This record gives sequence, structure tokens and C-alpha cells, in this order.
Amino acid sequence: MPETIPADSVGLVTPQKLVHDTPLDLDCGRALPAFEMVYETYGQLNAQKDNAILICHALSGDHHAAGYHSMEDRKPGWWDTCIGPGKPIDTNRFFVVAPNNLGGCKGTTGPMSTNPETGKAYGPDFPIVTVSDWVHSQALLADHLGIDQWAAVAGGSLGGMQALQWAIDYPDRLRHSIVIAGAPRLSAQNIGFNEIARQAIMSDPDFHEGRYYDYNTIPRRGLMIARMLGHITYLSDLSMRAKFGRELREGKINFGFDVEFQVESYLRYQGKSFVEKFDANTYLLMTKVLDYFDPAKEYDDDLSAALKDTQAEFFVAAFTGDWRFAPQRSREIVKALVKGRKTVSYSEITAHHGHDAFLMPIQDYMDALRTYMNRVAQGGAQ
Amino acid sequence: MSLLRSELRMIADWIRPGSHVLDLGCGDGTLLRYLHEKRQVTGYGMEIDQDKIVKAIENNINVIQTDLDAGLSEIESGSFDYVIMSETLQAVRYPDKLIDEMLRIGAEAIITFPNFGHWRCRLELFHGRMPVTPSLPNTWYNTPNIHLCTITDFEQLCEDMSLTVLQRIVVDRDHKPSVSAWLLPNLMGEIALYRLQRQ
Repeated sequence: MPETIPADSVGLVTPQKLVHDTPLDLDCGRALPAFEMVYETYGQLNAQKDNAILICHALSGDHHAAGYHSMEDRKPGWWDTCIGPGKPIDTNRFFVVAPNNLGGCKGTTGPMSTNPETGKAYGPDFPIVTVSDWVHSQALLADHLGIDQWAAVAGGSLGGMQALQWAIDYPDRLRHSIVIAGAPRLSAQNIGFNEIARQAIMSDPDFHEGRYYDYNTIPRRGLMIARMLGHITYLSDLSMRAKFGRELREGKINFGFDVEFQVESYLRYQGKSFVEKFDANTYLLMTKVLDYFDPAKEYDDDLSAALKDTQAEFFVAAFTGDWRFAPQRSREIVKALVKGRKTVSYSEITAHHGHDAFLMPIQDYMDALRTYMNRVAQGGAQ
Repeated sequence: MSLLRSELRMIADWIRPGSHVLDLGCGDGTLLRYLHEKRQVTGYGMEIDQDKIVKAIENNINVIQTDLDAGLSEIESGSFDYVIMSETLQAVRYPDKLIDEMLRIGAEAIITFPNFGHWRCRLELFHGRMPVTPSLPNTWYNTPNIHLCTITDFEQLCEDMSLTVLQRIVVDRDHKPSVSAWLLPNLMGEIALYRLQRQ
């Protein structure tokens, strides 16, 4: 809870909503008859409308990227370390737009929304969307805001995948693509983790084939396990060791199956609190969006061919301690861009925080991103 | 190690305008920026040091954080017109393998290095000490330079690797070509610049 709003915070923010009342065709062949998309904005759009930055969120993120909704908020938005006055993505000079993606559970149309055809919540009937579908819906938001071309599209993890897809799908609608802790597609190991998460949720007796809203319940245990597993993959062995070690809650083992080690307590807490604020059907959907992302697939697995027509300049960053989307995965993107003689810079930040490093105020990371954003700002002035 | 103006110019003189170049150990990107301005080159720099990466980004250079000792296998063969390595050769783990890689991914290689055969180095060694000179300012225990060589050594390597020396410039302590460095390069030359290709 902030007693006072920090000077480098965007302050109190209020989400806004785009209402799109014509159908949106999706990659799966189905269409959404209409959709709503919540988003937040920070900073001011300039007269030329060339200082806008689109922020794309990752698996469990949303439109609340920076600032506070009220003075009672315990924490600021998910990327508050990077967005604000004087921060790397400086709201004194950029107009930052952060939407909640389709299929989400924070106000944008998703499984919890009412299906106009049935009058009931979509639940498991909500179409499985793709990163491209998200990008197309974000382009509609750009139209709505009068933004022809983003100064940059930026995101970490699944958000980085959107930044990459933007450069492919709308080459002339962004000047910079900022891909942090991303990957050109998931590995078998990544998909394997997602499948365990899905199985945990779907095998929960309270899941009811995804229609748990009708039963006035939620697949609490399944979603909690999915989140606990996910959480481990976002950290690193080193960071978990540093944070918990083998510390015991009561200072001794009790020869039982209750919480004994601090790390167990932490994971259970993370899992439980996540269940209260996230929808299981959305979680399932998001893991599928990740699994399906593969822009090179249509080009005989040649990523440089997929990126051939991109015009954006790229900034790619990865973290040494990230084993979920290891630096090697980012280098695959860089390799494809270098092959295509595209404009790209790559920074491999030494950090032990695991995949979550992209959310942390790591000095080298902040310096590199800040310096690159200066370049983005200068590009906008030309 | 920042490159002197005169060296930048000598390298630029070797480069055809509009070429696609890769600069290994690009530091803050001074050379690439110079080549971009004077020769309209495109391309990338590779650097391992995080502070220099940030400076290179600031310099508007395409910089890719890379450990040269891990090799260049991610770069496709024939990707570049020139692969440049200025005053970095002596600091890499496998100089011969890296030169081989440079000429796999580039049509030509441009390599500059401090000549360990320079009379100052010889003099210091004669007095029983590891040389500390303007072009090699570090002491033995903190130097990044682990593979120092003389001009004669380097040219022997080129011969062993069947490489053609297209051009060579040897400069003196003022980083200028001089009569003495021309007559007795391995003794009077402080920095050597080579343009190479495969035979």
C-alpha cells in the first residue's frame, strides 16, 4: 500500500474500455461477434501521434502495467519497474498503452464473458485465440486511439512474442520491436510444463469440463498446482536457494506432510492467492496461445523467412539465469534477424533471477532498456 | 581500448562503400559508426562487456552481446563482405579458429593487433620484465591479452592457414606509417593491420 505515490510512478490510473461491435475473425476459423478490450494508458499522446508504446502482457499479466488503482493497492502494476516518469519507458515522453488480451479475465472479453449466442458465460466454448489474433485486436485498439504507427511494441516472455508478431503482421505500423526474455516458439520442454498445468486444472473435480461457473465453484486445487509449477519455472535454482534455502518454518522437521520448508509455504501462498484473482479457463487458453506460437511454421521453419518483410528495428534481451526461455532462444531470433540483415541489438543480461528477471529492476537491464528507449525517442523525433 | 583516428581511417580506406560488415569486439561501436558515416556500411558489432553494449546502443550501433570464445557458429557462411577484428585477436582464446571462422562468414577479414616484436617489448623482456607499453598497457596478471604475437608469428600463421595477405600496414608508436616501420616492421611497428582472404 503506498502511503504516498512515489515520484517516479504514473500515479493513480483508471482502466478504459474499447467496445468493438463488429465481428473479429480468428485464426481457428471462428469469429467473435463482438468484443470489449480494457486497457490503461500512461503519459500523453503527442500532436503527431508518434510517441505511442504498446505494452504486451505475458501469461498471467493484464492491462494494469503501471501505477495504482487506489491508495489501498498493495502493489503497483506488473511492469512498474520499467514504466513511469524518468523510468526506462519514460511516460514524460511516451504515451504508453497497455491492453488486456482477448481471452483474459480482467475485463477484456474472455471465457468469463457472456456468450451472446447462449446468454451464458463462454467458459470452455471461448475460441482458442493466437498471438496473431491478439495482434489484430491490438491493431483495432491502435485505430481507435488514432495511432497509425507505434514508436515501439514491447513485452517480456509471451509479451515479447506479441512484439515479434507485430513486426511480422504489421511491418509498417511499428518502428521498434522490443522482445525481452522471449522465444521464437516453445520447446517440447515448455509445452510439457504447460500440459502439466492444464492437466492439473482439468483433472480437478471442480473443473466440470470448464463449466464450473454454473456450479458456483472454481477448480481451486488444479489452478493452484498449475501456478505453483509455473512459479518454479519462472525462478532459478540459484534464486530459490538464495530466497529459501532449506529453511524450515518451525525450525525442525515434523515427519509429516504439512508445510515444513519455507519454499513449500511460499509456493502454496502464491498458488492460493493466484486462484482468487485468475480464471482457470483463461489460464488454459493462455498456455495454448503459448504452445501454438510459431511464426516460422508457415515458412518451412525458416524464421528469417518469416521476418523477411519486417521493417521495425529490434531490441532483443535475455537473462542468463532464465531456463524457461533461455538466452539461446533469444539468440535464435537474433540469428534470423542477422541473416536477414535486419536492424537488431541484443543484450544478454547476467542475472540469476530466472525468467521473472524481466520484471525486476536489474541495473544492467534497466541501463540497456533505458538507452534503447532513448534511441526510440530520437527515432520519433526524426 | 579505443581506436585512434588514424587507425579508423586506415581501416575505412580498405572498405568498399556500402559493404556489409561485422566488427568483432566492437567496444562502444566507434569503428562501426565511423564506417557507417564514411563508407555507408551496414552491419553489426559483437561485444561481451555489458557497459560497452550500452555505449554501443547509445552510439546507434547494431550490437550483439556475444562471447567470441564461444564461436560464431550461429552466423551463416558468406554473410558479410568484411569481418573486422581490431585489437581483439590477442584477447581471444582460440585466435586461429576465430580467424578461420571470420573467413567462413566473411569474404575478407581485417585484423589489427599490437606487435609483440616491437623493440620496446623486446627491451623490456631483455631486462627480464613482461612489457608494459602504450599499446599494451596492462601488467601480466591483469591483462586481457592472453595470445600476444609478433608480426612474424602472425604471418607464419597466415601461411600455415593458407591465407592471402591482400594488404598490410604497420604503424609506429604515433600510429602512423613510417619509414622505419616499413623497413623493419617486426622491430619498429607497434600496431599491425592486415586484410586477408582465403587462397
